[in-house]
Amino acid sequence: MRIEDVVCSFCGCLCDDLVVEVEGTRVINVENGCTLANEKFMGDHRLEAPIRRSGGKWEKVSYEEAIAETAGILLDADRPLLYGWSGTYGEAQTIGVHLAEVLGAVIDNTSTVCHGPSIMAIQEVGHPGCTLGQVKNRADVVVYWGANPVDAHPRHMSRYTTYCDGFFVKNAFRERKVVVVDVRETESSQVADEFVKVNPGGDYAVLSALRAIVRGKRDIIPPDVEGVSREQLFRVADMCIAAKFGAFFFGVGLTMAPGKNKNIRNAIELTEELNRHTKFTISPMRGHWNVYGSNEVFTWITGYPFAVDFARGIAFYNPGETTSVDILRRGECDACLVVASDPGAHFPRACAEHLARIPTVQIDPHVNVTTHLSRIQIPVAVAGIDAEGTAYRMDGVPIRTRKLFQGRYPDDLEVLEKIYAIVKEAKG
Amino acid sequence: MTPGLLIKNAFVIDPLSGVKGEIMDIAISNGRIVDEAPRDAEVIDAAGCLTLPGGIDSHSHVCGTKVNFGRYMSPEDMRAGRTARKGVMHVTSGYSVPTTFGNSYRYSTMGYTTVLEGAMAPLEARHTHEEFTATPHQDMLANTLFDGNWSIMEAVREKDVKRAAAIVAWTLAAVRGFAIKLTNPGGTEAWGWGEDVHSIQDLVPHFEVTPAEIIGTMIRANEMLNLPHSVHLHCNNLGVPGNFRTTLDTIDLVPDLNKERQSLYLTHVQFHSYGGSTWRDICSRSEDIARAVNGKPQVVMDMGQIMFGRTTTMTADGPMEFKLFMLHHNKWSNHDVELETGSGIIPVYYGRKSLVNCVMWSIGLELALLAKNPWQCLLSTDSPNGAPFVKYPEIIALLMSQRLRESERKMIDPRTEHFVPLFAIERELDWYEIAVMTRAAQAKALGITRIGKGYLAPGAEADVAIYPISPDQVDPSVDYQQVMAAFSRSRFTIKRGRVVARDGEVIVEGANSTIWSKAHVPPEYDMGTDPEFTKKFEQYYTVRMRNYPVQDVYLPRGLRIDTEASL
Repeated sequence: MRIEDVVCSFCGCLCDDLVVEVEGTRVINVENGCTLANEKFMGDHRLEAPIRRSGGKWEKVSYEEAIAETAGILLDADRPLLYGWSGTYGEAQTIGVHLAEVLGAVIDNTSTVCHGPSIMAIQEVGHPGCTLGQVKNRADVVVYWGANPVDAHPRHMSRYTTYCDGFFVKNAFRERKVVVVDVRETESSQVADEFVKVNPGGDYAVLSALRAIVRGKRDIIPPDVEGVSREQLFRVADMCIAAKFGAFFFGVGLTMAPGKNKNIRNAIELTEELNRHTKFTISPMRGHWNVYGSNEVFTWITGYPFAVDFARGIAFYNPGETTSVDILRRGECDACLVVASDPGAHFPRACAEHLARIPTVQIDPHVNVTTHLSRIQIPVAVAGIDAEGTAYRMDGVPIRTRKLFQGRYPDDLEVLEKIYAIVKEAKG
Repeated sequence: MTPGLLIKNAFVIDPLSGVKGEIMDIAISNGRIVDEAPRDAEVIDAAGCLTLPGGIDSHSHVCGTKVNFGRYMSPEDMRAGRTARKGVMHVTSGYSVPTTFGNSYRYSTMGYTTVLEGAMAPLEARHTHEEFTATPHQDMLANTLFDGNWSIMEAVREKDVKRAAAIVAWTLAAVRGFAIKLTNPGGTEAWGWGEDVHSIQDLVPHFEVTPAEIIGTMIRANEMLNLPHSVHLHCNNLGVPGNFRTTLDTIDLVPDLNKERQSLYLTHVQFHSYGGSTWRDICSRSEDIARAVNGKPQVVMDMGQIMFGRTTTMTADGPMEFKLFMLHHNKWSNHDVELETGSGIIPVYYGRKSLVNCVMWSIGLELALLAKNPWQCLLSTDSPNGAPFVKYPEIIALLMSQRLRESERKMIDPRTEHFVPLFAIERELDWYEIAVMTRAAQAKALGITRIGKGYLAPGAEADVAIYPISPDQVDPSVDYQQVMAAFSRSRFTIKRGRVVARDGEVIVEGANSTIWSKAHVPPEYDMGTDPEFTKKFEQYYTVRMRNYPVQDVYLPRGLRIDTEASL
């Protein structure tokens, strides 16, 4: 069976133009997808059934048993952490938040180790952004800062920027200038009209220099700012000021570099400054396909995009205190439910060690690093392949992923609803 | 479902049924008002209680992309209103932009049962509907933005009203929208280049149409589709000193095309009634606006009252928010939506010591006091732009009591009275007028009396608000504190025949509906197969046409209003 306009549940681009061929419960061909999409749809190595650690070995258990035991672990805990969520759809995230509420748990999503600092900057100064189509149809200058779309968001350039013709930009490749700012050459920098190589950790200074130039203070710029020549800074600033519509895209190369949220704040304030001269927007290159959805869902239910602590009954948010890494590092958390992410692979060692010490349960289709730290793993259907639900693209556009076939796995929502029902019953 | 309810000895004001304050019983069965209650009906003694149809907010920002971004960027606002989980109530956060459950509970405990979201970008409609589902105690409707819609502007340029109507019909059905919303028509497209339009005769860059042409075309298209509501307009030049001329020019455009209701709904008119030419000489022109509205029965407006204190402004009017940012220099968010519209958000503080804010505060009240016909001026704050909706009870008290207005006068900038006529107005609104301005007129203006909204006669939806105040024992002119207290906390709020809130607490899980409009057009006007229209998706949108419509699953209790288009 050939299915058109399929939504790819890999990265924040959320491409929705894939053509997928399905045979029974297997995807056998993908058209229009990038290599990441092909692997996502075709490279399906799933965990067969729920497993539980018993002695030094894994044993298979039934879904009912795994679910009951998970609920028991959560009910037993004083300071449970529900972590992950960026690899599942909104409806499941919603149940996750309600589960945290009833448990008095901390719920956090993967923003905590990716664009959390971007969110903190936005909370200080706001976020002048737009949907990706606005860039596609209008932008004559695009700047990627600390982002390498060719590798991380392979179709970003062809769907929305460099290679993508739009209504007011009939020949994007010729009419649209692309600037890449990074600490090293990348495949993306090779296709840029202008590559700005910044010393590692020097982004904040370079952003400040650009702001000064845009404000008309050229005479205070030294000959070299963190490895970038004054001439190049002038050139880039002039290109931005002369743009009819400019768009910044920034990645974790800026968010997680020294300066963190202050880098992003500076970049946003540069964007604001440029808006006094022309039109400029700025957007984070969100990683997981529905990490932005987890921010959205958390926000409309709790008021905060990540790191929400329900221990006091109300929703409490204080990044640095209620963020997963900090809670694990302090050894505070005594049980963890991981849903649709892999903290074992991405968290600092001390946090991973703590996850291995406490009862950790993972709900995920695949064996990953976190499996090795977990006590129980419950495999589920893969959202966008054999489960469907709402996802939010990196620019906030909500798209419904498709279910391509009926598989034999329950989906995240089903499993979480069962856990929620047991917990709710016990908590009254 | 309970077997039924019998509300006894209520002091009822039900303007649409012509009830102007009578002691009577109201019988409810199966979610509807009936002549006689079932024998085993639960009895509620409403003696000494003002009893009204459930409140209806015809313009509020509660759900969707920009509202959620208002929360996302404002942890300080979230901290300012927190409640813990209690009974069936979820945790809530937020003061000016509460979480969805926060909105729903607070509206419900104030007796509100239906709320219209003022602005939904079609491309992001799914988000609005997700939040509607999480706002469980009100029936929800979504104004759908067409102000910068490329296909619409092309149809306007071609002077093809029928095509504009067909585009509206397709879009409303696809995104499960309720009505046409125009926010700074043409201005949001210009903002795609960092520009704006400054009068209704300015040309929109590239598209070569004027706001006046967009507004005129859409009013006629709306009536061709026989939609329940009229065009819902946020005029050009919001918040600009001297903008009353733009508003008057706009009112001049309005034809009288509908016998049942207005042909144009002007929203948050306070923000559009400024005289002067700068922030230094800004003054009230509410008298001019009220005169124009009084002379045009085909126009209905809502106040857009501001109240002193902290709030968050959010609108599809991207260029206006940028201007506001240039003024306040605090945090600013902007979110342009491809081919459709824009939006912006900034937090603000309206101060009693700011002359400009005092003038704005006065204007909203003046509009309500100078509008002769309460059916033409609805109570609103454009929540949260003027103030969060929890301020409605205070506004009601201000409208009902000159004494309260006089006591406020002592608190505000003493220069205010030189710039506004407010303190020369003696009028005090009565209970009936307040009932009109908070529910009956909304139901009529939105065109939802046809589905039983806004009244309490047999056949109506059993949405009832019972307030702990007795109009025959309270003089609102003097006892305004009691008025505020009563409207802040209903004794009972009844939604579809169920008591959902009682004395400030929500007591059941909600089960709201989402009301949307589907205009049936002849096959030749089906845009789903129109080559020019589908080309927009092939070439310019970043979402495939097939992935654009909102699926039924997002409206678990959708309530569709069908109309036959006359094309």
